[in-house]
Amino acid sequence: MSDFSREQVEHLAGLSRIALTSDEIDHLVSELGSIVDNVAKVSEVATADVPATSHPIPLQNVTRPDVVGELLTQEQALAGAPDAAEGRFRVSAILGEEQ
Amino acid sequence: MAKAELLDFDEALELYEPVLGFEVHVELSTVTKMFSPAPNPAYAGAGEKAEPNTMIATVDLGLPGSLPVVNEQAVRYSISLGLALGCQIAPSSRFARKNYFYPDLAKNYQISQYDEPIAFEGEVEIELDDGALVKIPIERAHMEEDAGKLTHVGGSTGRIQGAEYSLVDYNRAGVPLVEIVTKPIFGAEHRAPEYARAYVATIRDIVRALGVSEARMERGNLRCDANVSLRPRGQEKLGTRTETKNVNSLRSVERAVRYEIQRQAAILKKGGSILQETRHWHEDTGVTSAGRPKSDADDYRYFPEPDLVPVVPAPELIAELRAALPESPAAFRRRLKAEYGFSDSEFQDIINANVLVELEQTIAAGAAPAQARKWWLGEITRIANARGVEPGTLVTPFHVSELIALVESGELTDRLARQVLEGVIEGEGSPDEVVKARGLAVVSDDGALIAAIDEALASQPDVLAKIRDGKVQAAGAVIGAVMKAMKGQADAARVRELVLERANA
Repeated sequence: MSDFSREQVEHLAGLSRIALTSDEIDHLVSELGSIVDNVAKVSEVATADVPATSHPIPLQNVTRPDVVGELLTQEQALAGAPDAAEGRFRVSAILGEEQ
Repeated sequence: MAKAELLDFDEALELYEPVLGFEVHVELSTVTKMFSPAPNPAYAGAGEKAEPNTMIATVDLGLPGSLPVVNEQAVRYSISLGLALGCQIAPSSRFARKNYFYPDLAKNYQISQYDEPIAFEGEVEIELDDGALVKIPIERAHMEEDAGKLTHVGGSTGRIQGAEYSLVDYNRAGVPLVEIVTKPIFGAEHRAPEYARAYVATIRDIVRALGVSEARMERGNLRCDANVSLRPRGQEKLGTRTETKNVNSLRSVERAVRYEIQRQAAILKKGGSILQETRHWHEDTGVTSAGRPKSDADDYRYFPEPDLVPVVPAPELIAELRAALPESPAAFRRRLKAEYGFSDSEFQDIINANVLVELEQTIAAGAAPAQARKWWLGEITRIANARGVEPGTLVTPFHVSELIALVESGELTDRLARQVLEGVIEGEGSPDEVVKARGLAVVSDDGALIAAIDEALASQPDVLAKIRDGKVQAAGAVIGAVMKAMKGQADAARVRELVLERANA
């Protein structure tokens, strides 16, 4: 089975903003390992003459004209927000910088 | 780092060689956003007065079931820009998801391009202050979407630290961006700050000439991240770099690069090491401060965007866009300099004041080159400097040309024209409208002038006697009185003529 470390699972959990208990981490170490093994089976049949594909449908250049379409009103936009103020979404203060 | 702790710039350069790199984000001025049919706030200043969260569609909030669709005009603009940067256009390019959790994007990822950018391997010629030409190597230019705007509320500084909560406006989320990334730039040496300013100015001139962006730095249409690293003289290996963000004017770019060179040199000289980090430029204090260190959070797990298909531009489209490219800013300058007959120093003043494009458009609208130069470099630049903005943001070339025409026709004196200009800048309308609204036209009605002259002569009989004795210079007192009575709205030369005529009548 693929080698998945606790640190890697914790790292992934951090990136995904998921809080995991120690038991859950143990569980995911083995589960992620077998997922990776299963996916790796694809490489057994993929040969050098088969190009990697990112999309199952052979489409390209799907675009739209530069014309304004259907919009949301401010009220509609904020309707699903847990909290709002001054016409904007209100979120808890986040430490860190804009990306 | 306090300014006193910085290493002297010349000493820093003696010890270390600076290596630069720039990432410039250009907001495209398409009518709608990159992937959504919402109006683009970066189009014709549309976002300036918009209420928050009113320029958005379902895609911009990442609502369930919404799907992005690429704006064809944004692709055309990106290709044009790539070509203008001397880049190759990718026969096939695709979008990628850059995953991160931050509320400036509602989807938890930004759609960008990663391994297959639309344009790559280019070169841009920049012109330094003394006219020297330098080639800046371009690594790539890729398409992506802009993020929303956060306002941090609470705390004393309005910055992130100490804020109680943040408010998010997604109007800017999804604005089409092209990010232009240079390769490492060597050889700038003492002129590194100048390189930085000239490079950003050139990108700005290019996107303006193409008409693909409003390119107003004060509005964030054009944003520069400046990478600076130092390596000891003789060392091959590059030093650790910092990335300075938030440099939103040409002057800031120049100052920020100079500051980073001095700051890093001071640390290195003491035997310290540079942290690879994002730094923020503070325009008011002229320093950079540490932002976020590069860390786990930079693990963006890019992967091909499954909601979008590849962009495969037809060779005919690329050829069409290449044929439509305007002349390069460098060629444009050379042509104008020859055409308008300005001296080297006159022309350099125009470049330094950043009014070349405005000047050209003013002349194209009918003004004489010398007059256009006088207004843009004189009164308009003076007001712009006083307000700390670019001259081109105050008034349109068309209005300046109209103003010059009013002076040429004798309808306005220079003094009145300055008042009219002020009205135009204040948003009172075109020069013609301001003249009417403020009642500023020159009094060209001889009847009114003669009445005022006769009154002035009658009240100054001694002056009248002197003029009749042939002492023409005495007329000055009368002319002054008449100009005062006319509130300055008279042509002094005409008044003089009439005074002599009436005195000797």
